[in-house]
Amino acid sequence: MLELRNVSYEVEGDKGDNKEILSHINFVFDKRFTAITGPNGGGKSTLAKLIAGIITPTEGTILFNGEDITGMSITDRAKAGISYAFQQPVRFKGITVKDLITLAAGKKLSTAEACGFLSEVGLCARDYISREVNASLSGGECKRIEIAMIMARQTELSVFDEPEAGIDLWSFQNLIQVFERMYEKINGNIIIISHQERILNIADEIVVIAGGQVTQSGRREEILPKLLNTPNAATNCQVLEQKEAGRERKTE
Amino acid sequence: MPRKGVKRTMDEIQKTLLAQVADLHEVPAGAYNIRANGSLAGRNTTANIDIVTKGDQPGIDIIIKPGTKNESVHIPVLLSESGIKETVYNDFYIGEDCDITIVAGCGIHNGGKDASEHSGIHRFFVGRHARVRYVEKHYGQGDGTGGRIMNPTTEITMEEGAHMELEMVQIKGIDSTQRKTEASLAQEASLVVREKLMTHGTQYARSDFAVALNGDGSTADVVSRSVAKEQSKQEFHANIVGNASCSGHTECDAIIMDEASVTALPALTANHVDAALIHEAAIGKIAGEQLIKLMTLGLTQEEAEEQIISGFLK
Ligand SMILES: Nc1ncnc2c1ncn2[C@@H]1O[C@H](COP(=O)(O)OP(=O)(O)OP(=O)(O)O)[C@@H](O)[C@H]1O
Ligand SMILES: [Mg+2]
Repeated sequence: MLELRNVSYEVEGDKGDNKEILSHINFVFDKRFTAITGPNGGGKSTLAKLIAGIITPTEGTILFNGEDITGMSITDRAKAGISYAFQQPVRFKGITVKDLITLAAGKKLSTAEACGFLSEVGLCARDYISREVNASLSGGECKRIEIAMIMARQTELSVFDEPEAGIDLWSFQNLIQVFERMYEKINGNIIIISHQERILNIADEIVVIAGGQVTQSGRREEILPKLLNTPNAATNCQVLEQKEAGRERKTE
Repeated sequence: MPRKGVKRTMDEIQKTLLAQVADLHEVPAGAYNIRANGSLAGRNTTANIDIVTKGDQPGIDIIIKPGTKNESVHIPVLLSESGIKETVYNDFYIGEDCDITIVAGCGIHNGGKDASEHSGIHRFFVGRHARVRYVEKHYGQGDGTGGRIMNPTTEITMEEGAHMELEMVQIKGIDSTQRKTEASLAQEASLVVREKLMTHGTQYARSDFAVALNGDGSTADVVSRSVAKEQSKQEFHANIVGNASCSGHTECDAIIMDEASVTALPALTANHVDAALIHEAAIGKIAGEQLIKLMTLGLTQEEAEEQIISGFLK
């Protein structure tokens, strides 16, 4: 279970002033599957980086299973059971798909085991297992490998940042199934940042982040219809929604 | 010399060196010539590959009959006594239509205070349409204060349609190295060079490549990947000269760490309107996002660096 208490993140703006990217976020991720959505630039990836420890909040506290991890390093958080699939996967020179899957698993894997994770994300393992994770891989291939790494880690908390981005239409249904299977197996929490209705559709809970704040959150059945009826998520009356989100949190 | 003789004359240190420079744990199959502490420690010739000691200067001639296929020659050099300084001249005559692998390597164990120095001067005469894979590994060990120095020179003459691949690796323990590689290529000949280098401490490594593309349709691809750590210094100089309708590419890709210094000076000269020449050079530290990615998999920063470097130099 992950809890954010009054978490803010500021960076220095162009004119030397402070720019607040996330502002006083309070949220408890305790459902099996939480989807985060919201307009571009709303602060979703920033939140994911805060959870993984890539950046640290300028204010507030992050708790993982009740333990304060606000000052914990990336490595220690990873070891404690947090995984993060990047929105933009990183490329390497000379490091192969098998190397990455093995590092992710944290133990020696047989080729068959490593291939298993690739097949799960719809990559024909034989063609990919010894390829370098370099610029020659396509964007969609990289995204799948990124997901396979998180599968291999099998941690308590898995955060996926727009896993569907760049995945072709044909494979989309398979991707949904990947998450559904993971949902069945996981003994912890999955957080998926997504703009896709079909992904939101399998979440227990949906959180909307816009303008650096949680503007709506609640059970899928409740939030999704509202989102689908909103012509423009970014300019929808945020003040009203914030109030609503606040009220819901209190009643939880 | 019979195989038994070789085993008897090699001690444990020499065996470790041999494993490092030639991936050999025993004497190799096929033709070989092992030089240890300045003298011959083992030799084997085959029906197609002859090895002859030079009369006028230290070194050997390796003569490979035309049409020899799928054979290999190992010529490791081992220095395990401190203070040896030697210059060795090895000439390779590779007949037409051969397809062979040559593994040369030099391992220095210096446990003393005097510098150990090996300069190998290798000349290759590659016959028409012959294919050669040449692997050269340099390795140093021993905790003596004496320097471990290697200055290899490689001169390559390639006849029409010849193909040669050079894999030059120096990963550990050589304090100072100046490597000179020169090649001249006739029509349709092709040369591929892959250099992998890592320096640390106060080591110094300089590579000079000079390639003359003299024949129409000749090609050269010279790529160096290196990592410079601590206070070490590296210099990469490459000059490709296009004298015909040819194509050439050089690339230096370096990771710099700590207080190291790397200079890359690729140069191109075109003396023919149809010479297509490209050079690329990039020097930079390890990308932060690569470190972060591996750390999110549970690696420490040091472990992440190690993985990135060993992948880069693989
Ligand atoms: N280091 C930084 N310096 C300045 N601005 C930043 C920095 N990091 C993030 N931002 C800004 O913060 C806002 C939120 O970025 P973030 O990447 O979290 O958005 P997002 O919700 O993930 O968007 P998308 O849906 O496009 O992926 C953006 O306006 C971005 O430009
Ligand atoms: Mg984002």
